Amino acid sequence: MEPVMQLRGITKNYFIGSPNEIHVLRGIDLFVEEGEFVAVVGASGSGKSTLMNIIGALDRPTTGEYTLDGIDVIRAKDAELSRIRNQKIGFVFQTYNLIPKTNALKNVEMPMLYGGVSGHTRLVRARQLLELVGMGDRMKHLPEELSGGQKQRVAIARAMANNPSIILADEPTGALDSETGRLVMDIFHKLHDEQGKTIILITHSPELAEETQRVITIKDGQITGIRKGKGKENDAL
Amino acid sequence: MMLFENIRLAFSSLVANKMRALLTMLGIIIGIASVIAIMTVGNSVTGNITESMESLGVNNVMVSLQQKNEEKESREDGVVFGSQPRSENLTEEDLITTDMIREFVNRYPDKIKCISAQSTLGDGQALDGNLYANASLLGVSLGYFVANDLDIIAGRYFSEREFDEGDMVIIVSDKLVNNMFKGDAEAAVGKTLQFNVEGKFYHPTIVGVYEHEDSPYMISMTSEKDIRTDAYLPLRTVMNEKHITRFGGFTVVTATGTDPDELAGITKQFFNVYYRNNRNYEISAFSMATMVSMMSTMMGTVTTALSVIAGIALLVGGIGVMNIMLVSITERTREIGTRKALGAPNGSIRTQFIVESIVICVVGGIIGIIIGVSAGMALAKYLGTPAKPDISSILLSIGFSSAIGVFFGYYPANKAAKMDPIEALRYE
Repeated sequence: MEPVMQLRGITKNYFIGSPNEIHVLRGIDLFVEEGEFVAVVGASGSGKSTLMNIIGALDRPTTGEYTLDGIDVIRAKDAELSRIRNQKIGFVFQTYNLIPKTNALKNVEMPMLYGGVSGHTRLVRARQLLELVGMGDRMKHLPEELSGGQKQRVAIARAMANNPSIILADEPTGALDSETGRLVMDIFHKLHDEQGKTIILITHSPELAEETQRVITIKDGQITGIRKGKGKENDAL
Repeated sequence: MMLFENIRLAFSSLVANKMRALLTMLGIIIGIASVIAIMTVGNSVTGNITESMESLGVNNVMVSLQQKNEEKESREDGVVFGSQPRSENLTEEDLITTDMIREFVNRYPDKIKCISAQSTLGDGQALDGNLYANASLLGVSLGYFVANDLDIIAGRYFSEREFDEGDMVIIVSDKLVNNMFKGDAEAAVGKTLQFNVEGKFYHPTIVGVYEHEDSPYMISMTSEKDIRTDAYLPLRTVMNEKHITRFGGFTVVTATGTDPDELAGITKQFFNVYYRNNRNYEISAFSMATMVSMMSTMMGTVTTALSVIAGIALLVGGIGVMNIMLVSITERTREIGTRKALGAPNGSIRTQFIVESIVICVVGGIIGIIIGVSAGMALAKYLGTPAKPDISSILLSIGFSSAIGVFFGYYPANKAAKMDPIEALRYE
């Protein structure tokens, strides 16, 4: 089976052509199979944020090929990139990034709204997702009224809204204490184990990375190591 | 669906920042309120002036002396401004004689209903012990009461004989009766009053009492007791008293079935035969109808001019909205980044902020309309004219404030739409 995500020879340079040209990514080849739980680790400045932006279709590489779920992301126009982000990618941010003054339910509905899902279907799915992450009793709460862990759980439900091909989690436990962080990680495992979700976890914590199936280490814009994690094989594969 | 969601979002953002939203709207509120208030008052006053002028008689033709001036620009309708006869040049010979008028009436008996001419005797005071009343004494012709539509509430008009003889009889207002006879009009008829007019004493006998109507477009600042009303004497009486036989002008009431404008032309032609050889003066005549339409046009111009000034306030308000929208998108940079990451196309981000701007402007506009209509009606009431809020200007205001919302919201909204999602997500 074709890997759901294929990156070939991805480079990213800033200040192109100037004497100060910076090579942030120096040729990344990365394949992620459907249903895989992968961790990308690297120190700050290693280029993992840039890689995440490219995977998330927020940024375009200087050179290279990127195919996501059979779609050529490199040649997609801006409007198509919006569509890809909406349908194929579920973002989970370190800082949650819930829309302020908008309750949990509406936050989860947001990607479906942009995806053109009808009102009733949206509501039903948003409710299901919030139940799934254990936030069924706080659906009408505003982000301001939720704790960090609760916010992140809402954010995960939101990432799942359009049933994306990959969930891209950028330091999802970075702003949480270890106990709540554990809770959030458990949700990722649950999504992976029970729903067969493809998850790419970007982190600088070796312990968390170890829980996944495959750990990819990035240093100076290059992949320096790929090893198997302790995460159990997905039955779907 | 998306639009509805955007409107809901815009309202919740307004509610969340009440104080700021109100301050932003203030410019729009003031702008719209002034436009509406001005329109309301303008409409009321114009309507009222037109009405009262019409009540004076659209059938009236005003005839007056006018200085000859070859270069003077004459309007198509024959009305010339600034043409009051200058007294330094005006001699007794230039004035219109009673003979001319008599000749005129005899020439066109079927076109003329009556002639209203007047001559001022002067401002005076009726005195009776402690009682007093102010009055302007005016000599009037028989046609005056017809031309000015005066209602006699007690007694009668002057008789033909009183006009011809120049008797010392008077018709006074109900206000004067209030001051001199405790309001008993019937009792006043037949009584002789003592008038002090600029040092001279007159003793006319009251034959009638008419109902005084406050001029709607002149605000009287005097108290009821000191109010000065007109008191009418037969024209002949005043002319004899002042030793005059000629007039500077008069009014012709057109007979039923005759076009006042046509009569105005005939009048001008007729009288100017007498003035062909006059070096300085000629006769001008125009109908009241022409006057009314001119007045409406003038009031319309004034209203428009004031509205333009109020429109500037609206423009300033719009700039305020743009300013606050720019602040708002800066504050919400992360939100914009998040929305983009969740797959919002640029167009829907733009729509979101334009809708928000429209909502601010329309809510401000509606508040402005409410304030404007109330203020306009209050002002109209104070001016004593019936208030006429103009529906079309209200609808126009709502349309205009949405237009302001779109116009001043577009730039900030576009700025938001074009934000780089990575930068926006990183924004602290």
